[in-house]
Amino acid sequence: MRYLDKTVVGLSIAFLVLLFADFFMAEWMRFIGLQSLARGAVALGLLVLWRTGLVSFGHALYFGFGAYAAAMLTLIGFHDAFFLVFAGTLAAGMLAFLLGFLLRRYRAIFFALLNMAFSMILYGVIVKTEALGSTDGFSVLTPTFLGYATKGEAVQTTLFIFTLVFTYIVTVGVHLYLKTTLGGMSMAVRENEIRVEYIGYSAEKVIHVKYVFSGLVAGFGGAIMALAIGQVDPDSMANWTVSGEFVFITILSGIGNVGATYIGALVFELIRTYAFEYAPQFWQFILGGSLLTIIMFLPDGIWSVFGRLRKSEKAPNQ
Amino acid sequence: MTVVLEVRDLQEIFGAVVAAKDINVTVSEHEIIGIIGANGAGKTTFVNMVTGYLKPTSGHIEFAGRNIMGLPPRTITNLGISRSFQVPQVFASETVFDNLMMAYAITEESRLGLLSPLYNDERAARVDSHLARYQVAEYRNATASTLPQGIRKLLDIAMAAVSNPSILMLDEPTSGISVEEKFGLMDIIMEALRQDRTTVLFIEHDMEIVERYVSRVLAFYQGEIICDAPVAEALVDPGVREFVIGEEYHRTRAANGNGIENRGQL
Repeated sequence: MRYLDKTVVGLSIAFLVLLFADFFMAEWMRFIGLQSLARGAVALGLLVLWRTGLVSFGHALYFGFGAYAAAMLTLIGFHDAFFLVFAGTLAAGMLAFLLGFLLRRYRAIFFALLNMAFSMILYGVIVKTEALGSTDGFSVLTPTFLGYATKGEAVQTTLFIFTLVFTYIVTVGVHLYLKTTLGGMSMAVRENEIRVEYIGYSAEKVIHVKYVFSGLVAGFGGAIMALAIGQVDPDSMANWTVSGEFVFITILSGIGNVGATYIGALVFELIRTYAFEYAPQFWQFILGGSLLTIIMFLPDGIWSVFGRLRKSEKAPNQ
Repeated sequence: MTVVLEVRDLQEIFGAVVAAKDINVTVSEHEIIGIIGANGAGKTTFVNMVTGYLKPTSGHIEFAGRNIMGLPPRTITNLGISRSFQVPQVFASETVFDNLMMAYAITEESRLGLLSPLYNDERAARVDSHLARYQVAEYRNATASTLPQGIRKLLDIAMAAVSNPSILMLDEPTSGISVEEKFGLMDIIMEALRQDRTTVLFIEHDMEIVERYVSRVLAFYQGEIICDAPVAEALVDPGVREFVIGEEYHRTRAANGNGIENRGQL
């Protein structure tokens, strides 16, 4: 092997550690872990867009679409987790593909807010559809895993392993994609669309591909979330505040590494959980304060800490 | 010589402004053509129309026997017409090496090939060779935004030349470059393009550069071509003298015996 990809190595170690830890984790830790993986996946989709210079304020659209697609399939008798997550991911990807034809023509705030507009259309449709439980949503039955039905604590344990395996595959996949020519074009489009066109490629096509990627990954996160909490409802799946949380996590994480989004999602979950538990009247204040602190002291997100440490290691001794 | 570019009756009208009117040009292979004219004469409009940046109001543009009117820039670039810009269009926060690496990768890959790794040793070697040809190897790891203006111009042109185009259109390659540097810069550019046997059309305000490097001149005035002739004829053309380069240049030029020692910017 000519060289080891440090990110793939790091992700593999984290994967193995979490896989091993699954057998010892308390139920609440596993639940937070599942939520972090699901939200981290959506933030990964935002990272792909962010590196292209685009911010979406409406990725709850794909998160919610993936979640509802998976949940709706359980209503018609599909319960296999593999199929549900695959279908949720694919449905969100197809929606992103269709909307991408319009959205690839917009940049900056127009792109961000058009995404939000579409997410609120989905939210409105769900809220007005009684068959989907309207504002209450509906429950998602416990999934099976290739025909094997788990019970009791084994449900969450198996779901965690399932989520971990697929999150690992998706994350390594996105990382490797970002190292390809098409993946690298994120930088080119962000820096200078005119030059991209005059080298001979369509900047809009690049954006469209990235948008579909981000939709697929967000749909994956949504489907996982639906299975993890066993419930879908518009307020926690498709509302604009959910999109805001994903942007929050992406800012918290930074876009330096694909693994950062999961760290950001975990930090977000922990802050929110503990803030809600110990200061239920002020939890939003604590969450906002945390984001402000990160922006002030780590403008490039949590991941930039590793970059700073590497720099200080390389610096000659004073 | 084979005709590579044929422009007929090209017009560009912006509301009440006629930016280009009845443009007729035929370009043969391996020609080096200078495009001259005062500011607002229609030089850049012409280049923008040929390279797809602007869609002409009417007319006909044929490249290598194919109608390219109204095609998007990427299609025209892929067919073989590339360009540089007056304000260099580079990936500013990336290194010179990464700029060219990206240009090579986009040029070389298509469809599923776009999913192959961006960096590979063979491509890196080609980038290094290109850097050497354009004499910017010493800036290999410098960030594009930190480069001196002349080097940034070279990088812009080097990126445009990556696809080895049949025709390269340069928009004011020496603008913003010091008097001491401009001939050195043009020598590097023209030598590299001569090796590639590229047909070159470049917009230029500096008549010394025009005299030294081009064989033919297109002089623009108020959106029209008022002179299309070999350089020696064009620079003494009464219309060009009156509307483009001015009498003062001729007095100095005559005093210097048509020499190129006069370094005055016009």
